Amino acid sequence: MTDLAADKLPTTTSPAAKVETPLRRFISAFCESKLALFGLVLVIIIAIAAVLAPWLAPQNPYDIAKLDIFDSKMPPGSASSDGTLTYWLGTDGQARDMLSAIMYGLRVSLLVGAVSVVAALAIGTMVGLVAAYFGGRVDAFLMRCVDIQLSFPAILVALILLAVLGQGVDKVLYALIAVQWAYFARAARAAALVEREKEYIEAARCLALPQRRILWRHLLPNCLPPLIVIATVEIAHAIALEATLSFLGLGVPVTEPSLGKLIANGFEFLMAGKYWIALFPGVALAIALIGINLVGDHLRDILNPRNAR
Amino acid sequence: MTAPTLKLVNLKTHFFTREGVVKSVDGVDFEVKAGEVLGLVGESGSGKSVTGFSILGLIDPPGRIVDGQILYRGEDLTRATPERLRALRGKNIAMVFQDPMMTLNPVLRVDTQMIEAVRAHDDVDDAAARARALAALAQVGIPSPEARLRSYPHQFSGGMRQRVAIAIALLNRPDLIVADEPTTALDVTIQGQILFEMRKLCRDTGTALIWVTHDLAVVAGLADHIAVMYAGRIVEHGPTATILEQPRHPYTRGLIGSVPTRGHRGQALFQIPGMAPSPLRLPPGCAFQPRCDRASDQCATMPDLRDMAPDHHARCWHPVA
Amino acid sequence: MLVFIIRRLMQAVVVMVVMSALVFGGIYLIGNPVAMLISDQASEADRLAVIRDLGLDQPIWQQYLTFVGKALVGDFGKSFRAGEPAMRLIFQHMPATLELAVIAMTIAVLIGVPLGLYAGLRPDSFGARSIMTVSILGFSLPTFWVGLMLIMLFAVALPDWIPGWPRLPSSGRGPTVDVFGLKLSFLTAQGWLHLLLPAMTLALAKGALIIRLTRAATREVLPMDYVKFARAKGLRERRIVGVHVLKNIAIPIATVTGLELGQVIAFAVVTETIFSWPGMGKLLIDSILLLDRPVVVAYLVIIVFFLVLLNLLVDILYSVLDPRVRLDATAR
Repeated sequence: MTDLAADKLPTTTSPAAKVETPLRRFISAFCESKLALFGLVLVIIIAIAAVLAPWLAPQNPYDIAKLDIFDSKMPPGSASSDGTLTYWLGTDGQARDMLSAIMYGLRVSLLVGAVSVVAALAIGTMVGLVAAYFGGRVDAFLMRCVDIQLSFPAILVALILLAVLGQGVDKVLYALIAVQWAYFARAARAAALVEREKEYIEAARCLALPQRRILWRHLLPNCLPPLIVIATVEIAHAIALEATLSFLGLGVPVTEPSLGKLIANGFEFLMAGKYWIALFPGVALAIALIGINLVGDHLRDILNPRNAR
Repeated sequence: MTAPTLKLVNLKTHFFTREGVVKSVDGVDFEVKAGEVLGLVGESGSGKSVTGFSILGLIDPPGRIVDGQILYRGEDLTRATPERLRALRGKNIAMVFQDPMMTLNPVLRVDTQMIEAVRAHDDVDDAAARARALAALAQVGIPSPEARLRSYPHQFSGGMRQRVAIAIALLNRPDLIVADEPTTALDVTIQGQILFEMRKLCRDTGTALIWVTHDLAVVAGLADHIAVMYAGRIVEHGPTATILEQPRHPYTRGLIGSVPTRGHRGQALFQIPGMAPSPLRLPPGCAFQPRCDRASDQCATMPDLRDMAPDHHARCWHPVA
Repeated sequence: MLVFIIRRLMQAVVVMVVMSALVFGGIYLIGNPVAMLISDQASEADRLAVIRDLGLDQPIWQQYLTFVGKALVGDFGKSFRAGEPAMRLIFQHMPATLELAVIAMTIAVLIGVPLGLYAGLRPDSFGARSIMTVSILGFSLPTFWVGLMLIMLFAVALPDWIPGWPRLPSSGRGPTVDVFGLKLSFLTAQGWLHLLLPAMTLALAKGALIIRLTRAATREVLPMDYVKFARAKGLRERRIVGVHVLKNIAIPIATVTGLELGQVIAFAVVTETIFSWPGMGKLLIDSILLLDRPVVVAYLVIIVFFLVLLNLLVDILYSVLDPRVRLDATAR
């Protein structure tokens, strides 16, 4: 097996000898769009900045002891009063270095986005598969719930939940999961309804395999690709929604500000001309969202059978 | 000897796709005279429909007419301006499509779709256009045309919709109609009625008709001449009776052999072996050669369309006797 | 048709009852509005008087039943904060929100449909590619971000840098004109200026959505036989695009526009907060932050009713636009 792969790789210079595996076809289709590659680069940069923040950031913005109140609201490029570091992106009202605050804020934003989507994906897929596989009343009931939930604008559902639950990172997560699971449920059901009619499921049924096995080992893996595409785009939605909620003062607490909270903090200084406190976190947020959406948009194009040329 | 209404000279329409150039139509010649019916017969993918669409200038990218002439009353349509082509379409040259369920716009009433076709060419008022629409509907045998004019397409059956489409084609009294398998999607009984009516209309009005079909049986009773297409070229061309009774090209013979008749009852039908070749990978020379029982080394060179008899041509090195 | 409408309205009632109960219970469990409403120095007797006054001394189920009984006649109680009936508060703030939402959606359609149509008709042109790339920005960026940037640009940066550049207002509604008792901004020049930034903020995301929808629908309709047949009839390109294509893509566009209007009203919560627009979205946020339960519940009930009504109207519109669809009682 490994020999085979090693044999094949050097021969890829001649296109005729190239073996078309689905993965390779997918990669080549993805690389066709320069815009999507650009998006991928953005995502990678943002992810590195977020993951490595404790090592890369010039300052730990959560460590209040380190902050010098005389350094607050300094414009970009100023030196700190003790002369040890330069605030390349300025400082905010609490004298935090904006660059560090943004990197740590990205951590919160990305974490909240990713965790909520994974959880919503798991819950939604389970509901969707069960609905599609069993059909009948189970299906009707579950899809009714999904319909009602989806007829509500996401922001309202999240706002109300947070009003009821209170503040905190975990509360924001619950709200985001509650908002998103229904999308995945609907998509998973649609995918599963198509797959259910295919012959391999028929075959598995004829073998009298236990239902749980058919559901999780046969149906689930084949429904995943479209769900993963939706998940990419949903991460961007989740990050944007979290930022919006935090901006409105209902999201994560001030002690561990996400990008949305940082922007909200900067908003009050905007009219006074201290633009950097809101602008730079805003730019970071935009880069993250645009990157993810460029990738997601192209993924959707590739996997949409209608667009097959 | 009257001048032909339409004459194609070495028409080539190619599609420039990602996988390569598809030579859907690759050097087609034929002519149709006023009042005459030409049956253009071939399997799907033989280029017969593309030929039809080329005549009306309705080839969409990545397709393009790359060579040849389309002479409508002596005027070369391949050089005509888009506006000139538009003015000819629907006025002088009309077309009927294959699937009647798809040809009428579902959100517009039938009268809208008919009146606009009149007013695109003639500066007449709404009432006059409506009167013409009414007459055309009556002409194709639609009962209570006044009421039907105010209906939407989905309120018609398939056969009725095709009659409406034909009525639209007749609205401006064209002298050439290209009919692209207009009866394929219909019931056999309705197919017969429409065939009969179309032929009568053409005879009465002197309209030339090109009937594109994959079904030899359909054109047998309808066409004056038959042109058989294979892989973008005409392989045999002649008067209907001659083609049906004395086919010279092995492909034509195969087509005729695969039509079920009463005489064949109980016997296995003839099948042309193999499949139509991929238009991207045509064999060199005669495209039919891999499926032909008479093929020889000579067939690696493309044969010309040669005279078999007066007015009867076949593109074959080894014509059937 | 009538049966269809009645069924839809009954469905709305169920949703409204469930929603109101959930919110009512949820807010009851979490916050204690009394703590926020009464100063620490107030005497115990005053406290109890206030609690009794607001009906907060009764068990929750009784509070809820009282609430439902009164809600049926349109009485959602008095705002804890303003002391006015919650319903009246919301109706006072509603015109501002509706005006903003309708104008934003109108801008989105007026910009989105022509651009999307162009991108669909000439998919490989440079213009189409640029439109599509920009539209990705439009729906990637959250509304509050867009609002912030617009303020930064048009209310701070440009007027600061370029002398004579008009500073667009970024707060409030400006002067209003009474039309049949409704206060409207868009009838005065100043009102328009105040509307501009918040409306653009909301319109950007929805415009991007409509561009993409229009383009996709156009691309789907163009290869249809009936478009080719329209060409074969010798129709002019303007009529083919303007009637045959447009009438077909109008169906999904109208549907989505109607449904998105609900989204715009919901997202006005954010926009109104940024621009201090005195609409019901801002009212909701303020009420949530202050645990002003009657207002929050009343807002929700009204918004649910509104969304259901919108859905219903969209369905009816759909049947008008598409002759193949008839809302028969038998069909549903």
